[in-house]
Amino acid sequence: MLAYIVRRLLYAIPILIGVNLVTFALFFVVNTPDDMARMQLGVKRVTPEAIEKWKVERGYDKPLLWNSEAAGLNAAVDTIFFEKSARMFVGDFGRAEDGRDIAREIGNRMLPSLAIALPTFILGLFVTITFALTLAFFRATAFDFWGVVLCVAAMSISGLFYIIGGQYLISKVWRLVPISGFGDGMEAWRFLILPVLIGVVSGIGSSTRWYRTIFLEEVSKDYVRTARAKGLPETLVFFRHILRNALIPILTGVVVVIPMLFMGSLLTESFFGIPGLGSYTIDAINAQDFSVVRSMVFIGSVLYIVGLILTDISYTLVDPRIRFE
Amino acid sequence: MMGFQIVVLWSDVLIWLLVAAGAGVGVMIAKNPPLLAAWRRVGANRVGMASATVLLAFVLIGLLDSLHYRAHLESKPGQKAVFAVEVLSVLDALAAPLRSRNEKTYSAPFATRLYAKETMDVPGQGTVRDYPRLKHGGKHLGEREDEVAEDAAMTAFKAGVLAFVGWLGVFGAVAAVNRKKSPNLKLREAAFAWDAVLLTLLLILVFAVPLFWLSGQYHVFGTDKVGQDVLYQILKSVRTGLIIGLVTTLVMLPMAVLLGIVAGYFRGWVDDVIQYIYTVLNSIPGVLLIAAAVLMMQVVIDTNPQWFSTAAERADLRLLALCFILGITSWTGLCRLLRGETLKLRELEYIQAAQAFGVSSWRIIVRHILPNLMHIVIIALVMDFSGLVLAEAVLSYVGIGVDPTMTSFGTMINNARMELGREPVVWWSLAAAFSAMFILVLSANLFADAVRDAFDPRAA
Repeated sequence: MLAYIVRRLLYAIPILIGVNLVTFALFFVVNTPDDMARMQLGVKRVTPEAIEKWKVERGYDKPLLWNSEAAGLNAAVDTIFFEKSARMFVGDFGRAEDGRDIAREIGNRMLPSLAIALPTFILGLFVTITFALTLAFFRATAFDFWGVVLCVAAMSISGLFYIIGGQYLISKVWRLVPISGFGDGMEAWRFLILPVLIGVVSGIGSSTRWYRTIFLEEVSKDYVRTARAKGLPETLVFFRHILRNALIPILTGVVVVIPMLFMGSLLTESFFGIPGLGSYTIDAINAQDFSVVRSMVFIGSVLYIVGLILTDISYTLVDPRIRFE
Repeated sequence: MMGFQIVVLWSDVLIWLLVAAGAGVGVMIAKNPPLLAAWRRVGANRVGMASATVLLAFVLIGLLDSLHYRAHLESKPGQKAVFAVEVLSVLDALAAPLRSRNEKTYSAPFATRLYAKETMDVPGQGTVRDYPRLKHGGKHLGEREDEVAEDAAMTAFKAGVLAFVGWLGVFGAVAAVNRKKSPNLKLREAAFAWDAVLLTLLLILVFAVPLFWLSGQYHVFGTDKVGQDVLYQILKSVRTGLIIGLVTTLVMLPMAVLLGIVAGYFRGWVDDVIQYIYTVLNSIPGVLLIAAAVLMMQVVIDTNPQWFSTAAERADLRLLALCFILGITSWTGLCRLLRGETLKLRELEYIQAAQAFGVSSWRIIVRHILPNLMHIVIIALVMDFSGLVLAEAVLSYVGIGVDPTMTSFGTMINNARMELGREPVVWWSLAAAFSAMFILVLSANLFADAVRDAFDPRAA
């Protein structure tokens, strides 16, 4: 088991290097630092001196990959690639446009993101699995039919509608909770309840439909027929046999998103003014802060790869038929 | 004489190319019995055909909006011809009254007065603060402003009757053709779901004809902040949505199909390289990769303003770049599916036999493997469409979507969402954009389900 995990971790390294190269190519080769400087300083009437100053301040004045002026090892180290891209591997993300340390900012913003994303994830999973199980239990009835119709309709509605509509109805018309904002300690729940609720509701359509298919696939298997044949009541068949077996593909399917919960949600956080990583990313995009976007791309990929490894491990834990070859 | 200069935007080229490709695929299907049988199953599906009818109506609007030109400006004789900077489409010409009859600012649907009070000089009364009369909305009513409901209902009824008569004509024609082809079969028993198509057509006509009739006299969906008719914006948004949904898949399709088949067929180091590429691209969260790529593209566009002669061309190029970026981030799923299926196919006897005969690998791929993957490609194509239309709205809201000057559902929602905070609420722009998007995406989803059921019965 340990050897398997170590091998999976080793396999992640070339992928991370690949991600790093892609972001490097995207941010420094497609556009030169000169272009970025012009963008930041305003495109029109910018002097070459101002561009040069901007580049020196941020360390973009070095050569891209190879510094022929430096001696020895410094030829590879004293470059943009090493300073800006390779150092992300050790958690050094540099500074944002406003001069703050990106790594510290990320550390501060992870918790608010998690405070929204984690309850949404758990509650959403519980609600959709319950709903899907009910639909599968009443399969091929009018209830099932209208349930699926509802799901298709729900997944055809834009996610923006859920947020805008929910904010308008619950916060503005009914005045139940604040429209947006974030608080510390015990006060926080008043701000969290609406985004979590909207997050759960907007995910119901597609997930329920997907889980229902998994349940129905399970219903038609041999062991279910055996269970019925030996006289088990339908409820017992469902909860003891079908639910347990169907949970394997469902749970292993959602494990991959668990590390990504740290990243938060772009839309929810910006609409509700949550000071998390999602709103950090949006602000960076709007301010065209390249170093922040670059760091978020890298962190997001790291978390995704962690998710992939967790998925592999969870497969082997849940399903003993899978061996660690 | 009003001359004009035809403008061909890149997205127009791609959209008409897509129409041509669709026709080509149609001919190919007609010659391929299994595919034809599958499409017949789609044709027999009532829900599928009803949604296809709605989609076709949207496509028609989009195609009309994809023929662009620049109008001729009046010039003195002997001078060189001058063309307007503004790029218009055939749809703009057809909906000229909608485009040109702008108010000052917000006005509610069917309103005759502006949303906001203004200080006006009234002869005889001095200055008063009141809601000013609209320049165009309900102008024909003159002094009888309170009769809007009666007038609109009457007009709608007349137009509705006209639409119904027109529909009866279509119905009669279809029934006559059907009777000629199969005299013993009633229309609702026909193999093709004519009843669903005709019923949907009736609904569309009875809804759309009065709507457009009324839009000549009122702002049926109201006007937005700068006084533009919301119905016109909705019509313009359709093309943007269609391009995002269709061109993106067109862009990613060749790459996904080629790499997927090659990886599955040749295995070994080719497979390793391709798997490595798509794992790396897949590892970068989609939204962030799109954000990074769009930011970079924006830098390129801003530093090279000399590439574009009109604003429409710049917005168009940005739209296409967005399609490319979305395509590059979304091909991995299809590629993985195709690779897995090819791995299975290449072990089958008929492929083994072809290899034993010495048929070249390339020929095996084109003749024997590709046709057997078509169903996966078609399912992926229709399934992706609705997701892409929804994604456009979100991306445009985040600021990494289409050009802000380009009308799309996303920019409409983005411009209108702050207005919910006003008193009284400005709801019409949002409501119209969300409803139109809902109808488009819902019919796309239903059609996709019908296609999937027909091509892959066990996944239903």
